[in-house]
Amino acid sequence: MSLALNLFTIVAVVAGAFFFLAGTVGLLRFPDTFTRLHALTKADNLGLGLVVLGLLPHASSLLVALKLIFVWLLVLLASAAVSQLIARAANREGPRA
Amino acid sequence: MPEALLAATGFELAMVALGLVRVLRGPGDADRMMAAQLLGTGGIAVLLLLGAAAGADAVIDVALTLALLAAFASIAFVKAAPGAASDDRAATDPRGDAG
Amino acid sequence: MIIALNIGLAVLILALGVWTIVARDTFAAVVGFIAYGLLLTLIWVQLHGIDVALTEGAIGGGLTGALLIGAASRLRKTESKARAERPGALVRGLAAVVASAVTLALVICVLALPDPAPTLAPQVAANIAVTEVGNPITAVLLAFRAVDTLLEAIVLVFALIGVWSFAPDRAWGGRPGAQQHVDPNGILAYVARVLPPIGIMAGLYIFWVGADHPGGKFQGATILAAMWLLTMMAGLTDAPPISRTWLRFGLVVGPLAFIAIGLAGAVTAGALFAYPLGYAKPFIIAIELALLPSLALILALMLLGAPQRAASQ
Repeated sequence: MSLALNLFTIVAVVAGAFFFLAGTVGLLRFPDTFTRLHALTKADNLGLGLVVLGLLPHASSLLVALKLIFVWLLVLLASAAVSQLIARAANREGPRA
Repeated sequence: MPEALLAATGFELAMVALGLVRVLRGPGDADRMMAAQLLGTGGIAVLLLLGAAAGADAVIDVALTLALLAAFASIAFVKAAPGAASDDRAATDPRGDAG
Repeated sequence: MIIALNIGLAVLILALGVWTIVARDTFAAVVGFIAYGLLLTLIWVQLHGIDVALTEGAIGGGLTGALLIGAASRLRKTESKARAERPGALVRGLAAVVASAVTLALVICVLALPDPAPTLAPQVAANIAVTEVGNPITAVLLAFRAVDTLLEAIVLVFALIGVWSFAPDRAWGGRPGAQQHVDPNGILAYVARVLPPIGIMAGLYIFWVGADHPGGKFQGATILAAMWLLTMMAGLTDAPPISRTWLRFGLVVGPLAFIAIGLAGAVTAGALFAYPLGYAKPFIIAIELALLPSLALILALMLLGAPQRAASQ
């Protein structure tokens, strides 16, 4: 049982790390502020969600597991709104490389 | 298990470092505003992994605080950027995007 | 593995610190400084100082960031002039020498510290059961060294008065900050309606959990202050005029309650700031409950700055 849980954790955390890698590669390689913002927000939040999913089996209690999910949802909400604000600020700045 | 989580933490930290290099270099203020976003997600991932590796549950509270305050800092940046004098409406969007 | 992680973290933070100093654009430097603060949180976690990590993330990351960014935007007009004034090579060389000397002195002091470092932690651990709180930091701050915490709270009130003293005469007693015009249907207003309830809950939770786990009134107050500031930044509420009675009362209720309990201790338990046996926890909670709104008000008002608009506006 605990082997299966450990395997699940490793798979989820590796998948999360992969998405973080994808987000960072996008951040480094995309040509334009908006595309970089897109890569950063979407990929990193998904990566964080997968990491949280992977850490859930090792939470020491139900309350801790709920807190983990709550943190992820909060980050999701804040990132979604803040990325919109940053994009509008970038829009006002005008197109730049 | 803790070693695997620590390896993931190290990888994650490297991602945050690379992201910071790009974000802080970016021409224009909007690129730099992304730094708080980057740390808000990447930094929190590092914290949660560190907390799980050490078995410390209190680190999740630190992640919670970081999430809230990183969002607050990002919004402060956006408000302070030049040209942010009025509002955040996209109505005057020259690209005609309704979003 | 952990050592490699810590070394990587240290190198990253040092590089970020150097970049912050070298960066030419003020806005970029402030962003770098905030990233630095948020990364310092990670270092504190690695040093097992979770309470300090909470404070660093809240104040160093969020509030100091907002403060500096406000300052940077005010300095924007003078920035090109400031950049043009580049000091000569001699001054820069001298600055580098002095900075290196100070760093060297600090390094020597840290490395020369006795190992194991002299500490009162065993005494705290031996006596903490009497205070009925589980978090040793809370026990030290509010039971063993309560006077220090009281003086810190009073210093904060003085600092706020100092910030207020920058108000122009016509605006004394008025509202700090400029009027915010924000689209009531926009994203910023949406965030300011959705995030503060969650943030207030989180702030109160961190305040409450500080008795037995890392947390406490200061970190909780910072989160509450940040949420209030968010509603003001989005134009949902306006900064209150500083002459309002409720505001003035809220600022002093914390230190006054603290002093009152301290004096009561002289009567009931024989020494200033002593707690009667068995009643330590209620008194500690009372002090924290009184200090929480005061600290939140002080922090938020310090960020808003000196009054700019007359009270009638």
